[in-house]
Amino acid sequence: MAAMTTQLDVVSAEDKIFSGLVESIRITGFEGELGIQPGHAPLITPIKPGMVRLVKQFGEEELVYLSGGILEVQPTGVIVLADVAVRAEDLDEQAAIEAKKQAEAHIKDPNSDLDYAEAAMELAKAVAQIQVIEDLRRIRK
Amino acid sequence: MAGAKEIKGKIGSVKNTQKITSAMELVAASKMRKAQERMAESRPYATNMRKMIGHIALGSLEYKHPYMEERDVKRVGYIVISTDRGLCGGLNMNMFKQVLKDCSSWSKKGVEIDYAIIGNKATAFFNSFGGRVVSQTSGFGDKPSVTDIVGSVKVMLDKYDAGEIDRLFVVYNKFVNTMTQTPKIDQLLPLPKAEDETELKHKWDYIYEPDPKEILEQLLVRYVESQVYQAVVENVASEMAARMVAMKAATDNAGNLINELQLVYNKARQAAITQELSEIVAGASAV
Repeated sequence: MAAMTTQLDVVSAEDKIFSGLVESIRITGFEGELGIQPGHAPLITPIKPGMVRLVKQFGEEELVYLSGGILEVQPTGVIVLADVAVRAEDLDEQAAIEAKKQAEAHIKDPNSDLDYAEAAMELAKAVAQIQVIEDLRRIRK
Repeated sequence: MAGAKEIKGKIGSVKNTQKITSAMELVAASKMRKAQERMAESRPYATNMRKMIGHIALGSLEYKHPYMEERDVKRVGYIVISTDRGLCGGLNMNMFKQVLKDCSSWSKKGVEIDYAIIGNKATAFFNSFGGRVVSQTSGFGDKPSVTDIVGSVKVMLDKYDAGEIDRLFVVYNKFVNTMTQTPKIDQLLPLPKAEDETELKHKWDYIYEPDPKEILEQLLVRYVESQVYQAVVENVASEMAARMVAMKAATDNAGNLINELQLVYNKARQAAITQELSEIVAGASAV
């Protein structure tokens, strides 16, 4: 028997990243990791920088990096409104590592004019990107 | 009949105008393609946002945000999005007519109206027409960014929060295709309810993480901004399409005008030659 599916739309301000039927979704919500299966109760939450790991209709997996946004779950479908979303294959690991280093340097440097909250946010994004890239490698192996 | 020289001058000037209009047509065509791409890119976000907001408006939520409650309408707000430049046919005028029609029906009910204006053409129009203008911005160019519109949106949202306006609309030209752009008036606040979603009719509420108030506040402001931004982007695409069509018509007209003038010019030249000949013949026979 085919697994139950639900409609998922992942959109960012610039692009439509994913739209289609999925069997399950794993996503980093504001208060921790969320696993969403078809038939989930209505839910609304902000998303932390991280990834969406989605299992498509016939078991195929896909990773999408999100820099933040909002998740809504409805009986009719799931909507992810992302600030920035990038398919994991399109992420640039070098750039992410570079961004992480820079953010760390900013946080350590007391003379930096960047304020702390902003730097911490940048760091969280970079770390999340690197995490997504590593996860993608594991899946491929 | 006018002298051949004058007609030649006239043909020259029409040809120059034709060069300008055809150049503008080409420029508008290439800009339209880019504007259309931008519009297509941000459209999914806006439509999904609208869908999500539609769900929220239907739910019976534990926290009632002011943006979700219908109030008695005493004053309404319009965000009118127009172009910065002219020469785009009846695009702006058609939209203003639509706005005025809508506004006069409000006025009949004794409701007052505030306008927030985006774009030079609307500024000029409302200057001569009158009406209470609460904010005015222009000069976004062809690539508007979300930060450009935040100011105008904030003025209206603050007014809504303060209870000065009870309903908020956005007016823009929707890009249907290259030949058609239709003026459109969308309600932003209070949240329009989603249609044809029968499954959601029963009482339900979300699970919130962490707190309904925070989430909704963040979401609703973002919603208004995204809708206005989408409207601005669509309006740019509409402007370029309308200008392309208008300039194409102008170029064609100039071509027709040149053909007609050329005919008149040829006749005038021939008449001059004939006259000269007959004068010579008459002179020779007199000798």
